[in-house]
Amino acid sequence: MALQVELVAADRSVWSGDASRVRARTVDGDIGIMSGHEPVLAVLVPGEVVITGSGGDGITAQVSGGFFSVDHDKVTIVAETVEVGAGTSAGTR
Amino acid sequence: MAGQLRAYRRQIRSVQATKKITRAMELIAASRIIKAQANVRASTPYARALTRAVSAAASNSSLDHPLITEKPDVRRAAVLVCSSDRGLAGAYSSNALREGERLSTLLREEGKEVAPYLVGRKAAAFYRFRRRTTEAEWAGFTDSPSYENAKEIGDRLLADFGKDASEGRVDEIHIVYTHFVNMVTQEPRVVRLLPMEVVEGVEAPTEGDLQPLYEFEPSADAVLDALLPQYVNSRIYNCLLQAAASELAARQRAMKNATDNADELIKKLTRLANNARQADITQEISEIVGGADALASAGSRA
Repeated sequence: MALQVELVAADRSVWSGDASRVRARTVDGDIGIMSGHEPVLAVLVPGEVVITGSGGDGITAQVSGGFFSVDHDKVTIVAETVEVGAGTSAGTR
Repeated sequence: MAGQLRAYRRQIRSVQATKKITRAMELIAASRIIKAQANVRASTPYARALTRAVSAAASNSSLDHPLITEKPDVRRAAVLVCSSDRGLAGAYSSNALREGERLSTLLREEGKEVAPYLVGRKAAAFYRFRRRTTEAEWAGFTDSPSYENAKEIGDRLLADFGKDASEGRVDEIHIVYTHFVNMVTQEPRVVRLLPMEVVEGVEAPTEGDLQPLYEFEPSADAVLDALLPQYVNSRIYNCLLQAAASELAARQRAMKNATDNADELIKKLTRLANNARQADITQEISEIVGGADALASAGSRA
């Protein structure tokens, strides 16, 4: 089962879709999430978020801190500003 | 008499020119409301995710965070008034300002000192005209606020909230803004921003979607610490967006009324001009007839 990922900035929803893996940088270090992970609510530091989509698509974005939550294979990454970097292909909206 | 006709025509031309302007402003406002509403909608996923996370963190922490704890004696209350930068929006700004005045009076009656924070040039002008001092003013973005604007305001308010009592701390923060109910109804509202009411149960979990037992990283208190300022900024952003949509809706309605009034005025002036023209003609005819009669009677006598 794939993860349902939502990447949200303050003024828009940046990306949402199915993904197989999500990597983000929390205050305690990098964290990688795959399907079946326990519920987590973590604070992010400014850095890179990498979402690997299940269909080979994905997104790499720079976030300005924020937080990120995982529950029941639903991942929500929330940051005040999100800058979409290279290696991005369109996700399902 | 011909002078009167000319005066009417000049008035009609001037009203027509005004009508063109108000019509254009109406159409511009109408097209921008749709964008403003889209902005409100675009910001809801963020607000929803944040609310969910805050209530999850709040229910797992000790709940004595300074941003949620009610202070025992409140001496200074901040009032953030959201008005518009520009006029020609009917009673939009004055309604918001009146609500702000009402709230200030209420707070003063409770023995609190009021510290005004203003958004929009209209509010700044209102305070300057009355020679009142303000804590801070922001302007130039009221019809299309960005998140950075909200963050700037939020950071300042949070900084003042966290100060020492001797440095002009505010113990409460209220926001006065205009809520966008729909295209015809916008109402000024007051919300208390800080200290926050405990947010549990803001979004009731749906059937089979129980609040998960989160693992907090680094800890529930630290997560709440990081989330609450963001939550405050997001609340301010939402208020600014609502106010922007309301401002545009108020402007559209005001300009529609102005255009309708101009139409009415043109109709009335056209009637008067026609009347004056007919009077001119009648007078000319009677002068000619009178002249001819005089000539004829003079000729028959000779």
